[in-house]
Amino acid sequence: MKRALIAASIACLTAMGLSFELIGAPSAEKGAAAKKEVTAEKAVSSAQRQSRGAYLAQAGNCMGCHTAQGGRLYAGGRSLSTPFGTFVTPNITPDKATGIGHWTEQDFWKALHEGKSRDGRPLYPSFPYTEYTKITREDSDAIFAHLQTLAPVAQHNPPSKINFPYNFQPLLSLWRAIYFKPGVYQPDTAKSHEWNRGAYLVQGLGHCNACHAQRNPLGAVGDDTLGGGQIMGSNWYAPSLTSSQEAGSAGWPIEEITQLLTTGISPQSATSGPMADVVRQSLQHLSKEDALAMANYLKSLPETSPRVRAAAPVVTGQVKNWFQRGAKLYEKHCQDCHGDSGQGAPGIYPPLAGNRGVTMTPPVNAVRSVLNGGYPPSTAGNPRPYGMPPFAQVLRDDEVAQVLSYIRNAWGNHASLVTTDQVDRSREGSH
Amino acid sequence: MAFMFSAGFAVAGVAIAAAPVDVPDTMAERVKACVVCHGPEDRMGRDAYYPRIAGKPEGYIFNQLRNFRDGRRYYRPMTLLLANVSDRYLLEMAAYFSALEQPYPPPERTALSSNESKLAQKLINQGDPSRKIPACVECHGKALMGTAPFIPGLLGLPRVYLIAQFGAWRSGGLLRGQTPDCMSEIAKELTTDETNAIAAWLAAQSVPEKTGAAANLPVEMARRCESLFHRNDAP
Repeated sequence: MKRALIAASIACLTAMGLSFELIGAPSAEKGAAAKKEVTAEKAVSSAQRQSRGAYLAQAGNCMGCHTAQGGRLYAGGRSLSTPFGTFVTPNITPDKATGIGHWTEQDFWKALHEGKSRDGRPLYPSFPYTEYTKITREDSDAIFAHLQTLAPVAQHNPPSKINFPYNFQPLLSLWRAIYFKPGVYQPDTAKSHEWNRGAYLVQGLGHCNACHAQRNPLGAVGDDTLGGGQIMGSNWYAPSLTSSQEAGSAGWPIEEITQLLTTGISPQSATSGPMADVVRQSLQHLSKEDALAMANYLKSLPETSPRVRAAAPVVTGQVKNWFQRGAKLYEKHCQDCHGDSGQGAPGIYPPLAGNRGVTMTPPVNAVRSVLNGGYPPSTAGNPRPYGMPPFAQVLRDDEVAQVLSYIRNAWGNHASLVTTDQVDRSREGSH
Repeated sequence: MAFMFSAGFAVAGVAIAAAPVDVPDTMAERVKACVVCHGPEDRMGRDAYYPRIAGKPEGYIFNQLRNFRDGRRYYRPMTLLLANVSDRYLLEMAAYFSALEQPYPPPERTALSSNESKLAQKLINQGDPSRKIPACVECHGKALMGTAPFIPGLLGLPRVYLIAQFGAWRSGGLLRGQTPDCMSEIAKELTTDETNAIAAWLAAQSVPEKTGAAANLPVEMARRCESLFHRNDAP
């Protein structure tokens, strides 16, 4: 009791002393100085918050969708074509008329966390709030603070064109009731801080599941987290991050996972297509700690079996003939870089022997790589990548099918044949 | 064109016994993806015309590469190829091709009447001020070998390529959305007979040895073609 009293009086005295000092500060000068200090502190913390927000916005790759090809950063206007219609991303620069200049951090939080627009309308999940809902309030506020420091860009974007019946709002509300569970990421206390950080980045801000999962006919991702899936409106397959048949990383050294994420290339693999975009725009800017956290989390994901297992063909005379033609084409067009045993040049030209990206089902990514070629992303860690030539203008559909069928069944690889039709379907795919 | 969300694929493999392919650390090796189409000579491919790019001014090549990448010059295979290449690396590629010395083709034999020849030479050397058509030599250099760093030379190019370029400029396809778009304005003023005559005359000239690009663009033309010098803030 006595002790409590003393404690209380000390607290009281301290408080009084403090208030005396504040109220009774003899000179105005002292008051001004204190005020200045407070303002300066605020400025520092707000600058820190903005730069933290800039980092987080990059880690979440907001600009990836909110920037049109060759357009102004964050001014939106990018079209995302889906079976539900064409979504046009909004301008999120602080322009008052065309951007989010009138928004408050509360509005922004509502969009990220609840998937609702400023006026309360539910948003379509083409904006990945199903993942962003896991972002903390603090991070949301920081990202908003950063976006508000951008130069406002006055840019009206065309409206999204959503097909019937998906444009019927009650359906969207129903969809949300079934498939959307708002909630900030809850750390697993049995796991390390690093693991939880990785999980937060992969599941929330990085929204990896937006691509690396199969969507049902209503565009929702089921429980098949990171299990791989066709990317909507594109001819790319985002491989499973949990299957060792696809892009699961359980068997990889941790350094190679971080290397692939942050430089776009590793001794055994190279990123291309949409993943190359993500590396260039976002992942290469991750701090070492965050990249490592992501890699640790990805590596820890429990193994699952792939949705479709590649079945190697029965080698008949006809198949043999197909392989022989493929082998000739390989020798002529591929061997120079990828080697006579598909060994490649680690970190430069990916090996094709044992390459899961080559043997994966469906083979769309391999088909695209042969047709369109491409450079892995220029990153700080790999600024001058070596490239793959496009062969769409050199090889016919049946030739692409032959060379890929051969590669998918040479040097210990076993996978299904690629058909001429499959190649043909990839010719006119969107990005 | 746009893909739905941000993600994609990585190809992965396992270590195997064969010794890795020995890869030279050179630009020549790095631009293998380019030379599969852009060889020492202009050529007609299955889907498009592939011009030789060796020896063109560095800034010119750099601008074309950026425009392809950012969708201002539209040709899907180039856009896909360069999607994630940085400005700095594109500049290095441009410098490599610009410095590449490859022999020019011999002049084409073209059937040109003396009237057509006169018409071509008048436009090339004097232009037509009444239609605001400047002389070609003003921008493309007195020797018609271009002006560093952005304006390409006009000699050593096949007639069909020149005609196609005029067509592209006329339909606004080369520097879409950038203003002022000088060459587009000029191409729209020229008649088909005029562009055909110019293309035929240019293709029939031999490329002078040891004459490079001119150093400076006249001030007036630099103003009119300002968009060539713009940098953009695309990611």
